[in-house]
Amino acid sequence: MSLTRTIYRERWAYLFLLLPLLLFAVFNMLPMAATILLGFADYFPGGQPVWTGLENYAYALSDDLFWKALGITVLYTCGVVPASLLISLFLAYVIFGLKYAWAQVVFKSAFYLPVVTSGAILSLVWLWLFNPARGLLNYILSFAGLGPYLWTSDPQMALPSLMFMAIMGGHGAAIVLLTAAMGGIPASYYEAARLDGAGPWRQYWKITLPLLRPTVLYLLVTSTIASFQVFTQVLMMTGGGPDYATTTLVYLIYTDAFEYFDFGKAASEATLLSLSLAGIAVLQYKWLASDVEY
Amino acid sequence: MLQHVFKTLLALFAILTLMPLYWIVVTAFQTPSVVLAFPPSLVPSPAAWINFARLFNGSEIGTWMANSLIVTGTVTVSNVILGTLAGYTLAKKVFPGRQTIFWTVISLMFIPGQLTIIPLYALIVQLDWINTYQALIVPALIMPFSIFLMKQFLQTLPTELIEAARMDGCGEWGVFQRVILPLAKPGMGVLAIFTFMGVWNDFLWPLIVINQSSMLTLQVGLNSLQNQYYTDYGLLMAGAAVSALPMVAFFLVFQPYFVRSITIGAVKG
Repeated sequence: MSLTRTIYRERWAYLFLLLPLLLFAVFNMLPMAATILLGFADYFPGGQPVWTGLENYAYALSDDLFWKALGITVLYTCGVVPASLLISLFLAYVIFGLKYAWAQVVFKSAFYLPVVTSGAILSLVWLWLFNPARGLLNYILSFAGLGPYLWTSDPQMALPSLMFMAIMGGHGAAIVLLTAAMGGIPASYYEAARLDGAGPWRQYWKITLPLLRPTVLYLLVTSTIASFQVFTQVLMMTGGGPDYATTTLVYLIYTDAFEYFDFGKAASEATLLSLSLAGIAVLQYKWLASDVEY
Repeated sequence: MLQHVFKTLLALFAILTLMPLYWIVVTAFQTPSVVLAFPPSLVPSPAAWINFARLFNGSEIGTWMANSLIVTGTVTVSNVILGTLAGYTLAKKVFPGRQTIFWTVISLMFIPGQLTIIPLYALIVQLDWINTYQALIVPALIMPFSIFLMKQFLQTLPTELIEAARMDGCGEWGVFQRVILPLAKPGMGVLAIFTFMGVWNDFLWPLIVINQSSMLTLQVGLNSLQNQYYTDYGLLMAGAAVSALPMVAFFLVFQPYFVRSITIGAVKG
């Protein structure tokens, strides 16, 4: 049968895919190609692009603010991701061990509630909690004789404050995934380990954790990518400050593109960000997935 | 003994996690003079609706919520329909180009938003769509993840079902409507929850393409509220409470589906 006849026979398949592919071409692929091209040009909206070769990249890579933003983003990610993961592993372990199903549901829901609450809402309330004069956090700490702290208004504390907020927030999805994966581990493994005299700690270390590795890897990659793209809190709570202390990469791209309208520079930064994200994902897979079976 | 320490830590951490949400309610239900008092009062006064009255008089929050509902609703319905059709096609049909199209969808899924947003904004300006619903809806009508999710979900259905229906004389559309659609419903529910939550909470895109107050979505509306009333925490927390309510209610009602959506959404590629 000729190719045209096959294609005609399967015309429904193409029909069902036509609209999505068309939309992807216009709203995903073309803009992606345009961003990569713009990275090699000087372009301000309304003007004509002027090709400048590698000038944007040379500028970004010699720009102190770009390196500072990269450093801040890496620091934020390296602080938030491992801490969140360890806490999630602990919480999932304790929740999974609860005797009553309803108690498990209650705790999973409690940790999931901040996840369904938007970043904008959480930014508003955390700004209020962090308020130096009348915020709840300084009030509570005053009983321990600490503070008052300036939190997000202090260049030294602004980034740790945002990290603290992130670590306190998003365990819901991780807990659901980890407990689901723990439920899939056959009970016979644990029985055999008990017969061999392994205590709870050894059982967790030798059975649970190795079998959770695919889930942990998934969580590690997705949460690293999400942390690397932190934006809403920065825009609403600190505006990248004070003194650029919280200017993350995505915030830098946002200000270059939509406050200074320097599209060429912002496009080169966005390309560098995307390359870093791809690099991190590949590294994490190589590092952790070497003997994970799918 | 250790188990008790663990459980206490769990409870403590749960309280700390919920504390910001509790504090929204406490502050929203306090008169401005109580909000300003120090030390702060740790409980709400249920009769104090004044912040909500000031919120609805001093902002367009009702309009923002309507905008969010229109945009999120349209995008969710469209993703469920197009995602199911395309996902079914990639899962169950054999045709030239299938592998290429599938891998294209997968790769698009991993493209970070920052890599497309600048030209996309320029395109929206060219189309004269700034401050319109189209700007918020059209680029999101179908997202790669929606197709991927439905493909993974429908792949598990036995192909014999489809063949049997075809033997019984069902046409292409008949097969889809009578066999696939009823079986796809759980997957469609999960996709709907995912899309709804993602679009409802989206921040950067509406921030860029909307600058007229009456067209804002709830999330960027809160941002403008903060710029306008930046230390009026009673009013701001009332705004936060009103904005959180639909999603929290939605979550509590559909809690089991949310749990399933997270596990299915994380299916290994």
